[in-house]
Amino acid sequence: MYRYDPYDQKIVDERVAQFGDQTRRYLAGELTDDEFRPLRLQNGLYIQRHAPMLRIAVPYGLLSTAQVRKLAHIARTYDRGYSHVTTRQNFQFNWPELKVVPEILGELATVQMHAIQTSGACIRNITSDPFAGVAGDEYIDPRPWCEVLRQWSTFHPEFAFLPRKFKIAVNGASADRAVIQCHDIGLELKRDAAGGIGFRVLVGGGMGRTPIIGEEISAFVPWQHIITYCEAILRVYNRYGRRDNLYKARIKILVKALGVAEFKRQVEDEWAFGKDGPSTLTEAEVARVAAHFTTPAYETLPAEDAAYVAQRAATPAFAAWARRNVLAHKVPGYAIVVLSLKDPQRAPGDITDAQLDLVADWADAYSFGEVRATHEQNLVLADVKQSELFALWEKARAAGLATPTFGLLTDLICCPGGDFCALANAKSIPIANAIQARFDDLDYLHDIGEIELNISGCMNSCGHHHVGHIGILGVDKNGEEWYQVSLGGSQGNHTSIGKVIGRSFAAAEMPGVISTIIDVYLAQRQAGERFIDTVRRTGLDPFKLGVYGEAAAKERKQHA
Amino acid sequence: MPKLIKNGRVIDDAAAILVLDETQAPEALDLPAGPVFVPFAVWQAHKGQLAGQAGVGVWLDSHENVEELAADLDELPAIALNFPKFTDGRAYSAAALLRTRYGYKGEIRAIGDVLRDQLFFMQRCGFDAFQLKTGKYDDAQLEAAVASLQDFSAPYQAAVDQPEPLFRRAQRAA
Ligand code: HEM
Ligand code: SF4
Repeated sequence: MYRYDPYDQKIVDERVAQFGDQTRRYLAGELTDDEFRPLRLQNGLYIQRHAPMLRIAVPYGLLSTAQVRKLAHIARTYDRGYSHVTTRQNFQFNWPELKVVPEILGELATVQMHAIQTSGACIRNITSDPFAGVAGDEYIDPRPWCEVLRQWSTFHPEFAFLPRKFKIAVNGASADRAVIQCHDIGLELKRDAAGGIGFRVLVGGGMGRTPIIGEEISAFVPWQHIITYCEAILRVYNRYGRRDNLYKARIKILVKALGVAEFKRQVEDEWAFGKDGPSTLTEAEVARVAAHFTTPAYETLPAEDAAYVAQRAATPAFAAWARRNVLAHKVPGYAIVVLSLKDPQRAPGDITDAQLDLVADWADAYSFGEVRATHEQNLVLADVKQSELFALWEKARAAGLATPTFGLLTDLICCPGGDFCALANAKSIPIANAIQARFDDLDYLHDIGEIELNISGCMNSCGHHHVGHIGILGVDKNGEEWYQVSLGGSQGNHTSIGKVIGRSFAAAEMPGVISTIIDVYLAQRQAGERFIDTVRRTGLDPFKLGVYGEAAAKERKQHA
Repeated sequence: MPKLIKNGRVIDDAAAILVLDETQAPEALDLPAGPVFVPFAVWQAHKGQLAGQAGVGVWLDSHENVEELAADLDELPAIALNFPKFTDGRAYSAAALLRTRYGYKGEIRAIGDVLRDQLFFMQRCGFDAFQLKTGKYDDAQLEAAVASLQDFSAPYQAAVDQPEPLFRRAQRAA
């Protein structure tokens, strides 16, 4: 993975000093709340329900074991012994005290970490495929490009006060695992007919209260020009994005208002000036960065390890875990392991300090000392030998990190919701845990098959509910917490926005509602159909009928 | 006298910023004595008279496009760009455009809600004079604010102050 050189380190060290001074001036009353807010947000610091929340950047989800141990240390020393993996591959702490935040940032800087631009109206942490470099369907490794873009966007002076936040995601495989269609800029690495690398550029996607799927603005931007092209997009947005209404300030609203053709024209007019200028990437720079992402020293192994086969046959619980949480690796004899953070006893995405230390130990022992965070709020060890999976599983199981449900109903995405977040309409974690408790039978979960259930505690959609096959959204009705259900959303290559099925439900009803939806699916599905396929084929009617009953369904039709 | 940060120092500066209220039409020219920045509307209405006049600059608000001044730049010793709120980042692009697209060499002054914590970014985008928010800083704080121009020593990306990105400026080890 990328290691800092003295330039990178200096920038992070100078940031620690800068933010320390800003915090000092704030605490001394020299900065008002309004003046300090954007400064702290651009350092990942929110003021939440109980305490500040600190979001640490994990560029494109990649962590060294030294970094994981540092996160464990911070959880133990400054927080309450745990941390939270977010849907943008970052880590969050829920309980740090404001006055120790500069100290935490100082600690992070010692392991090449920071909280720069993890919030605020600026270019945020760039996210990517958690299986980058190891997936069989990858055409181009996105990590060097993410790093190049990370450096370009870090403290970009022109784009620190955009109309609104700005999120970029990069994917380089045939399957989109980075939700690129729901980002302000989504980049898909590809090759042109001559084999040259470049990017298909999508713009104006996003979730929040107005979910919009990004549209293609360029079919192919050659790699040399990706920075100048992104700068052109951002300049047009910075100048003409709406600033009068927070809810209409994202780039998606500008793109919709102008139409993608006109937006593209403006971007390309702007690009004509920056193109071929000094920000044009050089072969040397890309090679320098790419040299950090070399193939690890894989051994030559048989495609299938005999002991691994035998262990699965002998130990059904191991086989069940291997079936879900172990994925094919491009190198024979190796596997990608998903360490689940969906233990039903914990909030989805939470991990304790002790678990973090263990994960670091396992990564050192089995996976070349690297860990990845996924936007689905799990961790990944990307390079494990098949022959070591059993040993890893035994340890992970003992540590509560081997819930064998990756990709199944209870591997849900869930925002912190009303338990932590000041913006929430409703709690989301208890709903997640109640659904996990209801669906605790592994055979049944397997029978239901691959399905994505996403929960957000309010319209801001931090829990990606719009793109859940089943989406749950917390809503406020006269001060009470209610939940709206949508079906048919999807991330990935066939991104779609879910449709609300009808009136919302009380918290206590939710496990029953999900059960009914699953029953309808099981009754309706044709051979080989996943949940989302069935919903797409049948539409919502059978599900509405199941959930609201015949009379309610009829009445709704008449009113519609 | 109002203070200005310029060339890395705090200096006295007498220039006034002419602001029209709703009752004042730009056509009625009523300039204060001494150096002054006039609103774009006044400049447009009196360009012939004001052009080349010593001590007269124009200020643009954040929604006003620099393109409209492009033809007049030779006549203007200084342009001020207003930050109605420091979170309104349009003037960063405006300054960068003035310098890079139009090759403007005169002073670009930041006015309005200008705070020390944004000076570094402003300077990178081509501002070279900073009139910090009125009443916000005492003399000592103003002197201290100058240090913020040096918050970072070697930024990554190209900007007006460093037209080459780090990867072209420095030999970085792999
Ligand atoms: C607890 C404090 C948090 C606050 C105050 C907060 C605030 C917000 C707001 C206001 C939006 C809507 C932005 C918009 O539509 O323009 C949003 C979107 C989002 N947030 Fe959060 N959030 C918080 C925590 C989180 C967490 C913990 C995660 C990850 C688990 C997260 C990930 C996201 C994502 C992925 C989006 C959707 C972005 C999009 O519209 O494309 N946020 N958040
Ligand atoms: S979706 Fe709403 S409730 Fe959940 S974390 Fe985001 S802002 Fe908070």
